[in-house]
Amino acid sequence: MSWPELAIVAFRVVATFALLLAVTLINVWAERKIVADMQSRIGPSRAGPWGMLQTLADGLKLFFKESVIPRKVELGMYLLAPFLAVIPAFLIFMMVPWGKPFMIGDYEVALQGADLNIGLLFILAMSAMAVYAVVLAGWSSGSKYPLLGGVRATAQAISYEAAMGLSMVAVVIFTATQGEAGTLSLAEIVERQAGTWGDVSPVLSFLPRWNIFPQIAAFIIFMIAIVAETNRAPFDLVEAEQELVGGFHTEYSGMRFAMFFLAEYINIFSMSAIAATLFLGGWAGPTFEGFLPGFISGLLPTIYFLIKTYAIVFIFFWLRATLPRLRYDQLMTFGWKRLIPAALAWLVVSTVAIGFRQFGAPWS
Amino acid sequence: MGAVTEFIKGLRVTGGTMLRTIAGEGPVTIEYPKEKRQKPQRFHGRHVLNRYPDGMEKCIGCELCAGACPANCIYVRGMDNDPDNPTSPGERFGFVYEINMLRCIFCALCVEACPTEAITMTHLFEMSTTNREDAIYTRETLLMDEKGGVPHMFPDDELADMDELAVADGWVRATAPSGVAAYQGVKMWQGTPGPADWAPEPDQSELDVLSAAEDNDG
Repeated sequence: MSWPELAIVAFRVVATFALLLAVTLINVWAERKIVADMQSRIGPSRAGPWGMLQTLADGLKLFFKESVIPRKVELGMYLLAPFLAVIPAFLIFMMVPWGKPFMIGDYEVALQGADLNIGLLFILAMSAMAVYAVVLAGWSSGSKYPLLGGVRATAQAISYEAAMGLSMVAVVIFTATQGEAGTLSLAEIVERQAGTWGDVSPVLSFLPRWNIFPQIAAFIIFMIAIVAETNRAPFDLVEAEQELVGGFHTEYSGMRFAMFFLAEYINIFSMSAIAATLFLGGWAGPTFEGFLPGFISGLLPTIYFLIKTYAIVFIFFWLRATLPRLRYDQLMTFGWKRLIPAALAWLVVSTVAIGFRQFGAPWS
Repeated sequence: MGAVTEFIKGLRVTGGTMLRTIAGEGPVTIEYPKEKRQKPQRFHGRHVLNRYPDGMEKCIGCELCAGACPANCIYVRGMDNDPDNPTSPGERFGFVYEINMLRCIFCALCVEACPTEAITMTHLFEMSTTNREDAIYTRETLLMDEKGGVPHMFPDDELADMDELAVADGWVRATAPSGVAAYQGVKMWQGTPGPADWAPEPDQSELDVLSAAEDNDG
């Protein structure tokens, strides 16, 4: 590997990392502000303009606070758990392409942490890893509330991971028909969603070629599953302030707590980004090349990506402000008796329909 | 499908509230030190000792307020007036008058007990102190000056609102004088210095209409 290539790789990773951190700072503030608006309150308004620096202030405060380690913890796991939460959170977003690749001289710079050809599998693996953080944090705290939170995390994550994976499979199978072969690379999935549905039927030529239109059921299932996967309201049984104090992070304080907090908000953003990439065409969109200056048309895809992602992040906030928390048995019933059968049924329907389109009826 | 419609109903409530807050009437929060709420007419705030228009003190040192006080927070000692230079129109005047604001429950029974309407309440409620002695209001801090102004305990405090001291307790209007209902609607206290220049309390039937209208607003 020559040094320009190394520099490009370093740039991609650092840029993705910086974007994620900046976006998380804004997201925490945005959630508090939006939920405040939904409850007719003001929300943070003291630090900076409109309270925008509130997250920074909170972060600084947590950074300087004492990290209490209770006597009964299982020390190794207790110290490891916050890192297990943060690292997969960052790695998940590394898979997401957040802008159009551009050329510097002879080298192509993809705006994406890393373009693995097994991107989606890697995402599934990492989001499963994140569950370990919660489970281990709950268990190693040596306290009853965190333990209950950890136990809930185990059951919840397994139930909803299945539905999430199944809805992804439907999309992957559909995407395979849009290009030459099947792909799990997110960059490739985005490129296959460029353009419009005009070639299917001229009536649809106004409709962007997003997967959400043929795969609407998969999108709904995926949305529900990612809300559960990120442990957000109404599926935040793992934290459940009212019943479990703070759930798995009850015994954590200072920077270690901040890492769980950071991981939660990074997960919200990266899961929304993945939803936008899989179903809403990621950064794909009209760039008006030649019509607009090159700099702006190069930046537009990133803006499209952020708009689409924030539309989904907003749904997260909206749900949080609207829905009460599910009871534990309701959560399991919903996951196993409704969501997974629905995902399976959609997978069958979608696959059969694709099969008919690709190969014709079996009896013909 | 019932669950789905309920779900959408819930989303509409929160979404609608958000739009109203952003684009419409704004949040319900009143950012207290910056903006202050309009207090009810009969708000029970800190006490004030009134004077007659000629500058005479109304308090006659009868100690009825101290007797009526359920919290035992009022301490009064009367003193005979100097016949040549009287402090109050009666025989005696309140020589010592102390109210311990830490004990006071703001029930206004002292106001009710007072035969001369010497003690009334104002709308001032910001009375926090950093030491307990400051919470004992003495004759000097309670008695209004000859122009009708009332000394504020901490006039330099940025929260000090002198206007609130000029608003008298509405209870006086409703019952004055001596709580006889026949006097309702009669302007009895016009012309006294300080918090005295008010309109008479409307008739009870009018009040009922007013409060009904307020209930409908709320």
